[in-house]
Amino acid sequence: MATKKFMFVNRKAPYGTVYALESLEVVLISAAFEQDVSLAFIDDGVYQITKGQDTTGIGQKNFSNTYKALGDYEIKKLYVSKESLEERGLTQDDLMDLVWEDEDDDWAEKPSIIMVDRSEMADVMAEQEVTLSF
Amino acid sequence: MKFTIMINEGPYQHQSADSALQFCRSVLAQGHEIFRVFFYHDGVNNGSSLSVPPGDDRLIQKEWSELSKENDLDLVICIAAAQRRGLMDEDEAKRQGFDSNNMIEGFRISGLGQLIEGGIESDRTVVFGD
Amino acid sequence: MAMLHIVNKSPFEKVSFRSCLNHVKAGDSVLMIEDAAVGAIEGTSFSEKLKTAMDDVSVYVLGGDLAARGLSEDRVIDGIKTVDYAGFVDLSVENETTQSWL
Repeated sequence: MATKKFMFVNRKAPYGTVYALESLEVVLISAAFEQDVSLAFIDDGVYQITKGQDTTGIGQKNFSNTYKALGDYEIKKLYVSKESLEERGLTQDDLMDLVWEDEDDDWAEKPSIIMVDRSEMADVMAEQEVTLSF
Repeated sequence: MKFTIMINEGPYQHQSADSALQFCRSVLAQGHEIFRVFFYHDGVNNGSSLSVPPGDDRLIQKEWSELSKENDLDLVICIAAAQRRGLMDEDEAKRQGFDSNNMIEGFRISGLGQLIEGGIESDRTVVFGD
Repeated sequence: MAMLHIVNKSPFEKVSFRSCLNHVKAGDSVLMIEDAAVGAIEGTSFSEKLKTAMDDVSVYVLGGDLAARGLSEDRVIDGIKTVDYAGFVDLSVENETTQSWL
């Protein structure tokens, strides 16, 4: 099977709609196909990876820990829009510390989150062969 | 060219299903191939056999069913999304212990891998959603 | 690679259309379908943003979606081309990838 550059674009907050949860399920499946996977978090999508999510008050399952497992599946390119964070009064400190382990570097933990501005995000998007939006 | 089309929304609620139907018809009319149509999120409801819209309105699920049969298309409903939303074919319903099922002809239920495979094998992947 | 950006939500309802224009690159195409077609009209609060983008990208609108919403083609911003579904398919073939801004 060919390897293609897949990008999964996340622009919606979690819990208000099902898109964040169900798009994550697609991402995990894509790992099994060994494709070159990137995730983009733009607009309200940045809320999908905020730390300290507590869903006890809304009766939904908290699935934020699943993002932490992405590194184990070799999904290590999570592009986050700087402008989207700024517009929402957030900084990178508000986001989960998502990492992957580099087996070519003695399993050193490296950050999966790549902060980009709009122009850089556009450049990354232009390289993709399949872009899925949810 | 080979196309994979993804539909994220159910019939009637959003225009996506109509837009996707028209797009698919055009793709075929222009001599291209549809590798797969993949239904995700509420899009799985495009496969329901139990829809009865007013008599003068379109029956979207049937339009998909007929398009599928006339053109031998591969319309795939995501099993995880279908289970969440209560859409089942006969086999899945039996497996889950239900005594009825509600999937219209022309669709099949399968996993998310079919979407990824569609993206890999097709020249173009187009998403219709909200 | 040239990208076809498909927008389907009205720029007055959601930020999707605006976000799309923030991420297009020179040589890309933008196609307005469904409710996004309302963004094609001259004289809206969105027109200037769209016209600025048109310096770099080609912009299209699905004629059927304009007509459905009672908007005639003579009200469309100069330079935006009206297409039908055959044109939509052609655009997806001519551009190497598509991205839907939902």
